[in-house]
Amino acid sequence: VTLLPRQIQRVPENAILALMLALAFGLMSVLNPSHFLSPANLQSMAFQLPELGLLALAMMLPLLTGGINLAIIAISNLAGITTALTLLALVPDPASSSIAVLATIAALIAGLATATAAGSAAGLLIARFEVAPILATLGLMLFLEGFNLVLTQGRALSGLPNTLHFLGNETLAGIPVPLLLFLGSTLAISLFLNRTPAGRSLYLLGANPVATRFSGIHNPRLLLITYLISGLLAGLAGLIMISRFNSAKAGYGQSYLLVTLLAAVLGGTRATGGFGRVSGLLLALLTLQTVASGLNLLRVNAHFTNALWGAILLVTMALNRYTRAHRKPD
Amino acid sequence: LKPPPNNPHTALRSHESALAAILVVLITFFTWQNPAFLTAGNAAELVNGNAFLALLALGVFVVLLSGGIDVSFTATAAAAQFGTALFLVHHGGNLFTTFLIAASIGLALGLINALLIHALRIPSIIVTLATLNLYQGLLVGLSGGRWIYTLPPWFQQIGHWKLHLPGLGNQAGLSFGALLLAAAAVTTAVLLRCTLPGRGLYALGGNETAARRIGFNPLHLRLLAYGFLGMLAGCAGTLNTLQVQVASPSAIVGRELDVFAAVVLGGANLNGGRGTLHGTLLGVALIAVLNNGLTLMRIPALWSRVLIGLVLILSVVAAAWRERSRHQPLHTSHPIP
Repeated sequence: VTLLPRQIQRVPENAILALMLALAFGLMSVLNPSHFLSPANLQSMAFQLPELGLLALAMMLPLLTGGINLAIIAISNLAGITTALTLLALVPDPASSSIAVLATIAALIAGLATATAAGSAAGLLIARFEVAPILATLGLMLFLEGFNLVLTQGRALSGLPNTLHFLGNETLAGIPVPLLLFLGSTLAISLFLNRTPAGRSLYLLGANPVATRFSGIHNPRLLLITYLISGLLAGLAGLIMISRFNSAKAGYGQSYLLVTLLAAVLGGTRATGGFGRVSGLLLALLTLQTVASGLNLLRVNAHFTNALWGAILLVTMALNRYTRAHRKPD
Repeated sequence: LKPPPNNPHTALRSHESALAAILVVLITFFTWQNPAFLTAGNAAELVNGNAFLALLALGVFVVLLSGGIDVSFTATAAAAQFGTALFLVHHGGNLFTTFLIAASIGLALGLINALLIHALRIPSIIVTLATLNLYQGLLVGLSGGRWIYTLPPWFQQIGHWKLHLPGLGNQAGLSFGALLLAAAAVTTAVLLRCTLPGRGLYALGGNETAARRIGFNPLHLRLLAYGFLGMLAGCAGTLNTLQVQVASPSAIVGRELDVFAAVVLGGANLNGGRGTLHGTLLGVALIAVLNNGLTLMRIPALWSRVLIGLVLILSVVAAAWRERSRHQPLHTSHPIP
């Protein structure tokens, strides 16, 4: 059953998303023009978006294959904590700048490597051991949350050298560094999905894993690559996060998990796999960041904002179900 | 109703025997480490202290059996806990009305989950992740995160009450929570073994289309599964108030690790239609013994979380391995149930 007339169904999804973004932006501007449209707010939005964006990309890839990665937040915290611990070990005195740059590079690599390893572990469980992605990543999430707590002893790791500052807080040619990292990753993922055989196969795998298997595609390897990249993206988000907070902790960004799922689904990614575009995700992210920043400026309780994300996700899913012409037969 | 040929009771017998064997080994080891472990007092405390975990595990088991997953049950428990405590403070009541209210709040939230999953045809993980945030966000937002301490005296007395079993001395005694758990376990067993909808849950988890073709209504079965979990979660939330004599909106969410570990360890998996009640109870016992034993060995609580997490991952791998050895699947990517 579809509720909308055919003409509306033919409107491309991205046009609807762009309209939604315009509406959200307009609404927040009208509600709070002096604060929302201020350069300070727009700039802070540009610094906040990348974290969420990278995590949303990390969530989207597994969704395309018909899976899910519930461990992305835990992985990004793991990367942040690894980097912080490495830095604190290599640079005991934050003021000494002679070795700080080299140490920072080493620590960042260590963080990304750990995140990639954690992502691959999820991939291994799913591809090699054929564990359902929900259980594999839920288990990994709960395990890593405990592991992160052990690593930090539940404290925030602070006193990081200021060489880490540039990653989350500075601009390059007027563009925030995290935004550059995010845009670079978006471009890379977009090219991967649309221009490489592996990327195209990823959609096929989500739509019909039996068909990909019989077309000679090595499903396990593809799944492993998917979760590996997902871990890497989550790790990058974690590094930006510790740079912005100037500390690493086990529980950072926990409310992001639902928002990343929301961004992907709102952006047109099917939760059952096979469909979804990076451009849709980008538009959805901008909308969500607009709403998040707007509500924050209106001093709405963060818990209500979380509840709102849940409600929006359900409403979006309902709209998708009752408006999409091509839905799966029952 | 005859059990299906692929009967989990026979197919998983080795799994439950293995769990029981591991349990015996663990108990022997911890007793060797600390003779205080194998005493009637410690055993009773173990049951009393883990009734909360076991109630939730029973509910999650039923949902996994139906082929779905629910991650919102901690928020359901928290909402029921707070709502019930609010009622207790303002209107009093007795033990029966208290748990009736708790179960009703839980039931309502569980039914909402089931209706959304059915009406929107969304994977249950996404619906319940959304309702987790919705329930918890509204609860903490509306309550302002405040704690409720001023519970009536009779409620405190029941919290301290113990049923002393003859022959076990004065140290050992079962609390109200242990009795509630026994009642819930018997109810679950009767539901799953002796009722048509209970068998339907196995059928739905095994193959939804087939279940529908033989005349089961998936909506009704989902309402049953998620409503049942909601009810148990509501009772568990209020049991928690009974034990710690305080209701806090943010104390329960985040305690899902032990529950999932116990249920998955017990043999349930996301392909649905698999797992047994005694397997789940054995899983709970293993997690409880492990937690208790690690505490007695003075291993920091943070480390035991990691260890339980590791147990969870190993048991999902073991479950997947069993599934694979049963029949070689055609595809390697599981759909989200």
